[in-house]
Amino acid sequence: MPAVLEIEGLRKTYKSRRRGTRNALDGFDMRVDAGQVHGFLGPNGSGKTTTLRTLLGLIRPDGGRMALLGHEVPDALPTVAGQVGAIVESPQFFPHFTARDTLSLLAGAGEVPAVRVDEVLELVGLRDRSGERVKTYSLGMKQRLAVASALLKNPKLLILDEPANGLDPGGIREMRTLMRTLAESGMTVVLSSHILGEIQLICDSVTIISLGRRVAFGPVDEVLAQHSSGAVRIRLEAVSDLPVATEALTQAGIRVTGHPDHLMLAGVDKPASVTRLLAEKNLYVSELAPIAVDLESVFLELTATAPVPGQHRQVDESMKVGGTGQPGPAGGGWGA
Amino acid sequence: MSLFRTELRRLSKRRFTRYMTLLGLLVLAAVVVGVFFTNQKIGADQLAQAERQADQQYQEQVRWSEQERAACEQAKTAGTATDGRYPPDCSVITPPPREEIKADWFLPSTFDFKETFDETLIPFAAILALVGFVIGASFVGAEWSTGGMMNLLLWRPKRLTVLLTKLAALLTGILAVTLPAAVLWFAGFWAVANFRGSTEKMTSGVWQSFMLTGVRGVVLVLVLTTIGFALASLGRHTAMALGGVVAVMVVGQFGLGILLSMASVRFAEAWLLPTYALAWMTKTVTLQDWNACNATYYGECKPATMDITWQQSSVLLSVGVVVILGAALWAMRRRDIS
Repeated sequence: MPAVLEIEGLRKTYKSRRRGTRNALDGFDMRVDAGQVHGFLGPNGSGKTTTLRTLLGLIRPDGGRMALLGHEVPDALPTVAGQVGAIVESPQFFPHFTARDTLSLLAGAGEVPAVRVDEVLELVGLRDRSGERVKTYSLGMKQRLAVASALLKNPKLLILDEPANGLDPGGIREMRTLMRTLAESGMTVVLSSHILGEIQLICDSVTIISLGRRVAFGPVDEVLAQHSSGAVRIRLEAVSDLPVATEALTQAGIRVTGHPDHLMLAGVDKPASVTRLLAEKNLYVSELAPIAVDLESVFLELTATAPVPGQHRQVDESMKVGGTGQPGPAGGGWGA
Repeated sequence: MSLFRTELRRLSKRRFTRYMTLLGLLVLAAVVVGVFFTNQKIGADQLAQAERQADQQYQEQVRWSEQERAACEQAKTAGTATDGRYPPDCSVITPPPREEIKADWFLPSTFDFKETFDETLIPFAAILALVGFVIGASFVGAEWSTGGMMNLLLWRPKRLTVLLTKLAALLTGILAVTLPAAVLWFAGFWAVANFRGSTEKMTSGVWQSFMLTGVRGVVLVLVLTTIGFALASLGRHTAMALGGVVAVMVVGQFGLGILLSMASVRFAEAWLLPTYALAWMTKTVTLQDWNACNATYYGECKPATMDITWQQSSVLLSVGVVVILGAALWAMRRRDIS
């Protein structure tokens, strides 16, 4: 599958006399294949928005290579800009213009047919409110307008930074459906979001960034599988049998954590081996449940941003992996 | 071309542009109306009335001088004329000759197109330059501060092209207001002169001179519009341009003016920008140094002078535009957009 977006070894350094040097992007790699919905995840301050801004020519990189739709950027941005729709960070529009005026002016600047304005207003649900000034809009409505502006070009690649921000539950679901519909129509969508449940539902693949470096990437299922701990919860018919079971399982090389009414097992390859082992000791299992890992726990583990009771994590306190260009835990090198 | 048309549309759609333009045009209209109502046409009635007033004035002078001469002689007789109030010879207290009291002094104000119209082009250019500066600053400043510029660059990722197209659209818009306004200004004052003054002695040379002054006025409007635009783009906020102008005028002009005057610097006005704007419009501003006395053949004391010409002003305006617009273009090309 051809890559629609490629980033290799991207670097961006901010220098300040007072605060010293900060590497916003430290050899970051990313690849998005055509037709995918790709999740771009990272804690606050990890470099997501800097990546998107750099990719779109708003920030000058200090090193690395970027390509959009097979063209090297930023040099070829004027060539590909018409095929890339984007919202970067919070939606920003001139507050005294109506939504229709805003889109109409963008359409004029981009030589997009005026009829497309009505199509995207319909698509994002702003048709009946398009004559109102943007300053009267709620955050969710501004977000819809931002998505409409990105869709105006009918792009091949759609880059959305926090598109669900401010949307009501219905709006989030509509946005999810819209993303899937767009992907099915052949559009590639890159989605940056902190709503990890949404990402897990919508996205085919993800890239996770932490402190300016990629810490994981690949299809969502593979990333989850690579970070699955093989944990299993078991309950026995008689709670009084738990100590015996603990001893038997430990002797078999399984890590066991005892709880008053159940046991948590780690490093279990095949749950069937647990039932067989316990049955041999005349211990009968009433419940055996593999513990599924979700994207949120993988994200928190990879970025080391899980909350710790009594501690106040600062924005730059997250996981940094390897050296420059070294692979992250879930894969490495250029491309998938 | 589509970007240019879009930017023209954006400019005309902005409420600030509409209100500021309307305000500027209303002020200009108020000036014309004000001049109309404060002037009168001079006819036989007005001349006769002025002649009568001049006579009246002469009679008052005669009465007054006779009273004074009588008081002088009375004081002399009483021996109290020693306080220097009266001259030694009371006969020198005489009224002025009748011909010295001109009837012209008593004529009502009248608008002589040939003599006065040139001066009216200065407030015309000043008001429209102020409007252009503020609209120019707001046009790009609001785009930066509301994120509109970033949105536009996602569509048209050629930064210099975008900024220069915006400027071209702005200057076209300002020109589209200034030129008709200038025509109406000429027409308005021509009408004022017709109904409340005189349009006599207008030659092709006078018209040419007015046209050239008008063109210089339009150029001044465009230059200040460009500077407002460039300053706001440089600071990425409308306030940068407006604040910059306030700082320059308050600190750089009033402050500098006071400092130069305290230091008794010769031709202090030569360091102040409004002098050059005035010289641009009037072709020459002659500064005078009253501390220097150049004695004439007749023993008269004349101040030293220094001429500021429109050519010198043109150099200053050109350098100002090149430096400020150049800095804005450089910043647009080099600085990150966040």
